[in-house]
Amino acid sequence: MSETVRKRGSTGYFLLIPGVLWLALFFVVPLYSLVATSLFDPSGSDLNGYEMTYHWANYWDALQSYWQPLVRSLAYGALATLFCLLLGYVLAYAIAFKAGRWKNLMLVLVIAPFFTSFLVRTLSWKLLLADDGFIVNTLQFVHILGSDGRLLATPVAVIAGLTYNFLPFMVLPLYASIDKIDGRLIEASSDLYANPFVGFFKVTWPLSLPGVVSGTLLTFIPAVGDYINAQLLGSPNQRMIGSVIQSLFTDANDYPAAAALSVILMVLIVGMVLFYVRRAGTEDLL
Amino acid sequence: MSATASYKQGSAAGRWFREHLVLILGIAVLIYTFVPIFVVVLMSFNDPSSRLIYRFDGFTLHNWLNPCEPEGMCGSLWTSIRIGFLATLGSTILGTLMAFALVRHQFAGRSAMNLLIFLPMASPEIVMGSSLLALFVAAGVGGQLGFWTILIAHIMFCLSFVVVTVRARLAGLDDNLEQAAMDLYATPRQTFWRITFPLVFPGILGAALLSFSLSFDDFIVTNLNAGNTTTFPMYVWGVSQRGVPMQVNVVGTVMFLISVVIVVGGEVTSRRRAAKLT
Repeated sequence: MSETVRKRGSTGYFLLIPGVLWLALFFVVPLYSLVATSLFDPSGSDLNGYEMTYHWANYWDALQSYWQPLVRSLAYGALATLFCLLLGYVLAYAIAFKAGRWKNLMLVLVIAPFFTSFLVRTLSWKLLLADDGFIVNTLQFVHILGSDGRLLATPVAVIAGLTYNFLPFMVLPLYASIDKIDGRLIEASSDLYANPFVGFFKVTWPLSLPGVVSGTLLTFIPAVGDYINAQLLGSPNQRMIGSVIQSLFTDANDYPAAAALSVILMVLIVGMVLFYVRRAGTEDLL
Repeated sequence: MSATASYKQGSAAGRWFREHLVLILGIAVLIYTFVPIFVVVLMSFNDPSSRLIYRFDGFTLHNWLNPCEPEGMCGSLWTSIRIGFLATLGSTILGTLMAFALVRHQFAGRSAMNLLIFLPMASPEIVMGSSLLALFVAAGVGGQLGFWTILIAHIMFCLSFVVVTVRARLAGLDDNLEQAAMDLYATPRQTFWRITFPLVFPGILGAALLSFSLSFDDFIVTNLNAGNTTTFPMYVWGVSQRGVPMQVNVVGTVMFLISVVIVVGGEVTSRRRAAKLT
């Protein structure tokens, strides 16, 4: 592919302006409002208005009250990402290298279930994991679960739900990177007496790293912020940070605390993403 | 190598199994992704004995024949369709223009632009939703949350996905075709509408479908900025706490069927086109 010649002149700016304005007004400015709100004096209310007192203590108070759901969300998000990577890698590898002429069909089948409403899908997991359902009964029968053991309202159900719902975000980038790998490199490694495992870890895995990095990010970020799975499949003991922020805004009307928590979540995620991308040596993905 | 030798021995069935192990596992994962869909389709024919117990009690066509029976469901569906349509239109137009600028034009501040497009995709929805709410409240429209604030939010979070999708298609384009058109005395306008646009169109269409499904399915951002307006995901959220009408599964099944028709249809037309060219 030849390098496209980029045209000079002002046309580029005209094409960009509407979209940039939209993102600036409704993404960047709101982030500023969020930070400002997080520093308001907590004694105000949304009816009487808030006073800006640079009340940094909001952050400390929010962390003290809600560090548990915060840590829980990061842990659930990380575990769900790990399971997505395991399942997604197998699927993406099978489609890229083993599916032959069924490749396109399998790709379509990966996306198809996820066009059905997120909430409706999660509700059907609620049915599948129910206490007298097939899965629980089977697990009880083979004594993986005790006779009164359950899946619903446990971390297992929440993490399973997150894994299921964010799987396509993992599979598609993984597939894009694995599909680009030249099969001859893997053949070459086996000609040089590498067994399939060595071949995989020395050739396939490193070459698929860009897909692994973008797939894990695209899974981890929404999974940490999600609270639909925790609410529908879990109990109050599995409450996630998104749910805390949502109810502080809409039920408790404690805007400064909600905004502070939101900023903390954003900073934590951006920090983790930068650290991770550096470690993986794939900065140019950003 | 003894390892390779023993690998090649063994029964024919064992060898077949080993060679196809990855494919079998992959298909198993694929089946797992379809399990909840089977449940949705099955439950759409359910005749529940009680509203509070969510399990399959008996077969009926009632839900399919009376899809709008649950109060408020079809209204919320219609709201979601209208918002989805307008959000798709807005984000596809703005995003396509941006993608053309990024690939085809020079401008200052390219890396800042890439960051601006990347950040919304890397922000958790709860952060985007709460910051928009903070803005709306600060701007004094906190009392008028509803259809328009939802639409603003949806165009915002769909935009980046449109830019990325269309940009990928544009960057992969063979510009020899455009050169050839210009060599054959096509004006820039003719070249754009007869060569460039038709070649980029599948990317734009894909971006539009993605936008619609992102918008139609969104709950977290919407729920914070909706006021008294109810979209379909918000309706499902509400009933999940007090008993789910089976018609929700009818909607789920129809959505699944429509998406299958669209993706399979796209696949068939692109194959036909490829066959025509060869």
